[in-house]
This record gives sequence, C-alpha cells and structure tokens, in this order.
Amino acid sequence: MPKSSPSIDMTPMVDLAFLLVTFFMLISQFRAEEAAVIDMPSSVSDLVIPDKDIMMILVDKDDKVFFTVTGQDTRRNVLEKMGEKYKVTFTEEQKKEFSNMSSFGVPIRQLPAYLDAGSPEKKKAIQDQSKGIPLDSVACELCDWVFYSRIGAPKYRVAIKGDQAASYPAIRRVMDILQEKKVNKFNLITNMETGSAE
Amino acid sequence: MAELNTDEGGGGKKKHSKQRAKKSSTRIDMTPMVDLGFLLLTFFILTTTFSKPKAMEINMPVKDKDLTDAEKNKVPAEHTLNMILTKDNVVYWYFGVADPNKPLPALNKSNFSKDGIRKVLIAENNKRHNAFKQIEDWKKEVAAGKLEEADYKEKVKAFRAQYKTSSLIVLLKPDKDAKYKNVVDALDEMAICNIGSYALLEANQVEDMMVANANTYK
Repeated sequence: MPKSSPSIDMTPMVDLAFLLVTFFMLISQFRAEEAAVIDMPSSVSDLVIPDKDIMMILVDKDDKVFFTVTGQDTRRNVLEKMGEKYKVTFTEEQKKEFSNMSSFGVPIRQLPAYLDAGSPEKKKAIQDQSKGIPLDSVACELCDWVFYSRIGAPKYRVAIKGDQAASYPAIRRVMDILQEKKVNKFNLITNMETGSAE
Repeated sequence: MAELNTDEGGGGKKKHSKQRAKKSSTRIDMTPMVDLGFLLLTFFILTTTFSKPKAMEINMPVKDKDLTDAEKNKVPAEHTLNMILTKDNVVYWYFGVADPNKPLPALNKSNFSKDGIRKVLIAENNKRHNAFKQIEDWKKEVAAGKLEEADYKEKVKAFRAQYKTSSLIVLLKPDKDAKYKNVVDALDEMAICNIGSYALLEANQVEDMMVANANTYK
C-alpha cells in the first residue's frame, strides 16, 4: 500500500476562491458610508436610480434631514458658494474632505468642525448632537444647498430618500422646499417590493 | 500540482546527484495564500449589495401663487375618492367633498393590505369604465413581448385622454400622523390599480376632525 500524503491538493479550491474574489472585487462598488441609517419603504416601481448626476435629500426616522450631491467638483463648488453666503470659511483640507465624503446632516456653522473631526466616531458624535440641516423658513439652509446645487449642476436628478418611519410633515416640508426651488419632478427612492405585490 | 521532475533517469547518476544537492520539493505551502484569499472573498461577499435601490418618480403640480381660483383645476366631486392616511397604517376613504356646511360623508376604514384599499380602488375603477382591465391586458401583452413599451405608453395616454372627465380621481391626503411609508404605499397602490389621476395633498381641518371623530367612536 502506498503511503498517502496527509496534505490535500488545494489548487482547485484556491482557483475557485480567487475566481470568486476577482468576481466580487469587480462587481462591488465602494460607496462612502452614509451619515444616516435609512430603512427605505418598498414599492413595485422598477426605475433604476443612477449612481451619478444625482442630488439626494435623506430623511431619517427622527426626521433629521441630510443632503448629498454627486461629483467632487460640484460638491466643492457648492460648499464654496454656501461658505460665501453664510460667511463660513473653509480651509483647503476641509474642502477636500467635503468633496470626498458622502451625505452630511449638520448646520453649516458646525460643518467645519464636522469636516475636521477625522474619525468616524467623532463625526457621528457631532452628527448626533445636531438636528440635521435646518429647514425652517427663517434659516432654510436646505433651500440654499438645493439652490446652489441646481445652479452648479442643473441637469441633476433630484431624489428623496426617506425612512419608512419618517413623518409625512417632514417629507412634505422637503417637497415644498424643492417646489419652491422649481423642482417639480423628483424621485422617491425605495426598495424593490418582495412577495406581497401581485 | 506542477512538479518539476529533476530525475534524469540514469541509474548511477541518480545516486550521485542526490548526494550533491538535497532535492527540495517544488511544492509551496499555499495555506497563507488560501487564508488571504478566503479573507478577501468573505470581505467582498459581505460588502456587496446586489439589490440596487429603485425609485418611483412623482411629478408635482407647479405651485404658482398668481393662479386665480378660476384657473385652478377643479375636480368633479362624483369621481373623487379621498384617501386620508393616518397613524397605524390606517386609511380612511370617502367620496366627494367634505363640506362643513353639509352633512359630512361617512368615513370608511381600510388599510394597505391586498384586501384593503386596493379592492375598493379596483372596484371603483371598473365601475366607471374598464380602464383597469384594459390597461392590465396591455401590461400583460408588454410582458409577453407582443406590445412595444412605447406603444403601450401611447395607448395608455390616449385611453386616459378619452376618459378624462369620467375616470376616478384619487386625492391622497396624509395627515400629520402619517408616516412616509404610508405615502409610498399609497402611491404604489395608484400604480398597481392603474389610476391615472391622483394628487398628493394635505388633509384639511374638516378631514382632521372627521378622523378624530372616527378614532373616538370606533
């Protein structure tokens, strides 16, 4: 009887593993982490939302409002315009940080501190303390964010990503702001309906 | 496994070469590589999201403050179904207009389940004309590949124009307790029931009162 080796030939397994690694590497897209956890409602709609050229307003379950717009140059532009309007100066690093990050939900006065925070934990702490982007009619920062984004990128699609548990008045307020800025056509981002749709 | 055979095959020589250099195995220990491979694999599997979010598109009417009352669209009361969305995923619905100077219409309670508001909407739609069935047939034809998507849209458009004055109009009125989910569900029902004309409004004071009453005397 030939003495069989206790080590197994792992080549096929390794082949498969690396095939899968390659597959998942190519298929996955990295997305900067969203500032808010949002559990979207589901719908039967099957319109695919594009990844680029989009301006998004997020409303989380506590009705806090977040904002994001795609494109590094657009983001930088919008930040500079907002800084001018609200007399907040941003350093070059802060601008860079802003153009690379995802959604944010702090008033513009807190934005420099938020951008300087560095670690995600510190950012989260600042985020949790703030009440989101102010919407009230006296100091409607969201209005200006939308306005300058529209100027910087007029072709952008506008989408609202709301949490299931967000209250309607909050969403309504966002819709009203969009309409004030002459955005009458927008998307509501939802998950694909599973099962119950017949 | 690829293994180089260094053996020349010569009897005498073989012994000699073995003495000269210890034959080292060309097999490499692949365990660390495999470890790393699987680590990456796990990472990518966990971070990949396959289902991309979908979106529904809504067009809001232009808000023009200069519009006079006469210019605004008036909806025929007999074809108007009001849906008041309120807390706990409840929908109250009634026909016509709630005029505080007249006896108020009775509220019907429903929900977003399959047998809830959907049945009412489909029944009402069918009562007026066979819009629901007709569009549904076209949808099936599109799914079967018999009808082009563009043609379908044209047909639906023409159909809607033809029955413009007699089709069901749904007014969605989420009140202050409604959740965003309810609104999306309601818009979804509009798509499922092929309702062409609907509007997203806000519940007025009379309706708030009606809902409050309905909640008290249930």
